Amino acid sequence: MSIPIDDILVNKDHAPSGPVVSSLREPLVTGGKTVHDVTEDICRQVEGKPTTTWMLGMAISLATLAVGAYCVFILVWEGIGVWGLNKTVGWAWDITNFVWWVGIGHAGTLISAILLLFRQKWRMSINRAAEAMTIFAVICAACFPGLHMGRLWLGFYWALPLPNTFGSLWVNFNSPLLWDVFAISTYFTVSLVFWYIGLIPDFASIRDRAKNNISKAVYGALSFGWDGAAKTWMRYESVALILAGLATPLVLSVHTIVSFDFATSVIPGWHTTIFPPYFVAGAIFSGFAMVLTLMLITRKTFKLEDYITINHIEMMNIIIIVTGSIVGIAYITEFFIAWYSGVDAEQYAFLNRMTGPYWWAYWTMMTCNVISPQLFWFKKIRTNIAATFILSIIVNIGMWFERFVIIVTSLHRDYLPSSWAMFYPTIYDVGVYLFTFGLFFTAFLLFAKFFPVINMAEVKSIIKSSSLKQKK
Amino acid sequence: MEKNKHYVLGVYDDEDVLLSAIEKVRDSGVKIQEVYSPFPVHGIDDALGYKKTRLPIAAFLFGLLGTSLALIMQVSMLGFDWPMIIGGKDFVALPPFVPVTFELTVLLAALGMVGTFMIVSDLKPYKKPRLMDIRITDDKHVMAIDLAGNTLAKEDIKKIVNATGANEVNDKDFED
Repeated sequence: MSIPIDDILVNKDHAPSGPVVSSLREPLVTGGKTVHDVTEDICRQVEGKPTTTWMLGMAISLATLAVGAYCVFILVWEGIGVWGLNKTVGWAWDITNFVWWVGIGHAGTLISAILLLFRQKWRMSINRAAEAMTIFAVICAACFPGLHMGRLWLGFYWALPLPNTFGSLWVNFNSPLLWDVFAISTYFTVSLVFWYIGLIPDFASIRDRAKNNISKAVYGALSFGWDGAAKTWMRYESVALILAGLATPLVLSVHTIVSFDFATSVIPGWHTTIFPPYFVAGAIFSGFAMVLTLMLITRKTFKLEDYITINHIEMMNIIIIVTGSIVGIAYITEFFIAWYSGVDAEQYAFLNRMTGPYWWAYWTMMTCNVISPQLFWFKKIRTNIAATFILSIIVNIGMWFERFVIIVTSLHRDYLPSSWAMFYPTIYDVGVYLFTFGLFFTAFLLFAKFFPVINMAEVKSIIKSSSLKQKK
Repeated sequence: MEKNKHYVLGVYDDEDVLLSAIEKVRDSGVKIQEVYSPFPVHGIDDALGYKKTRLPIAAFLFGLLGTSLALIMQVSMLGFDWPMIIGGKDFVALPPFVPVTFELTVLLAALGMVGTFMIVSDLKPYKKPRLMDIRITDDKHVMAIDLAGNTLAKEDIKKIVNATGANEVNDKDFED
């Protein structure tokens, strides 16, 4: 019993007795789904046997994880000398990968928090998986500074303000590296809590459908005794709104602080005040690209085309154009400011990026991040699934090169020409990166199999306004 | 707390019918104990006459605690316990303390509020829920009326609920 918006505009005296349905907006759930269909469609993969595609994906992820784990073992056993770092380039793949993964981890909480504050209902079909992606990406990111410490079992003493035998020489609260510890652990914790709160009602749905005792016990324990009471829903909505309010500045703060690692130094090419906004835009850019890569696969294999529609994909592609263009402007601004500052070292750092020995990395970055997302201006391309999938991967390749370019090209030509050097990765650089890929995809596949990949409760709440009208 | 055992349940398919039903049932003098839904229904808290939750206040207070603890920690450690000269800055320089203070404010506000929510709503691992109807977590809205809290006879209550457009009117008896 939905009312077209025109009737309400004409007949203003009557309060609507049904939800307001816009005739302008595309429906968010297609296929005329009912509330019960949502439960059925989403619970199907949780309850069914794993598919062959899933098993194959899991086998590849576990194999990657195993190869990576061997490299991590050698790294911890021998020390970080097995990496290709040298005295000039003391930071390379490790921190590139760290920033890359943290950046990817920005989309999930952006979707669930910022889009909640902006009342963007299209977030509802994608927020669950995007938040899971965030959590796994942040874990992958945290591997790198942890492993870079060499003796990571002592890391707690170096990274946290714990009383210690140095008579307490405390951690340095003036250092951006320490701010990172607080920013990333807070971001991880708050994202995890936000994600779990959203999962509780859906775990209860699975619990109440469970046929076997193991599912009943596991989902029963996970659902925290949820009974769907109106009072609990009221508090739940209030908690979600405030968590969104808290997570919004948090998302922006995390990559800002990551950019401080570079911006507060005095290395030409790093010492730039534009870094915080430019890093945040880049993070959202790469995060959305990764969400698209994952969601396009999930949508296809789990047959969720009615929930993650072309409309959703187009929305995400529009965010990619916006953030990609911000990143492009930031690249050009950096160049202009380097010239305008009149500082020789700064000018050289940027010219060296473009034309020096790492020119190929620079131009890969420019092509992937500045040119390729502009293709989404064409509606045909941004609503095409194959094109979106390819471009989403290209964007993430570009974003990896962005961090590589910023980090390695700024370091490799030191103040003294006699110490100029190049960075060559060893198999352990590659192996540790592979380890995080294995970890990420293993975790994501486990999530996709055992957790509801779409927030059922939220999608059910928009069924009346955004799906049922289709049935007529 | 002694648990009540005998309920009349009105089962609804549609959230808008439910909202008008809540008003009609309350107007006819029947006390509704609680309404159970598969998803949050907007306006249900007003219809049931619930007061606004005070969780935002809890979040604010926990946030304030986070701010204070973060500042006390940084000032006492770097300012007094083991002062270090770093880049010629003052021992107690507030600007570099801002990021950690911000993060701990957010962390404590979020964890404190969620913890409070869990406690007041009695959500905890392994808790066995007292489900009125197994379909609540699927697609049905259930209005639960506690017979012990109402003076009207069971049959009268059932008639009232039925007249509001309920898809089913059921009895529910708990053994424990």
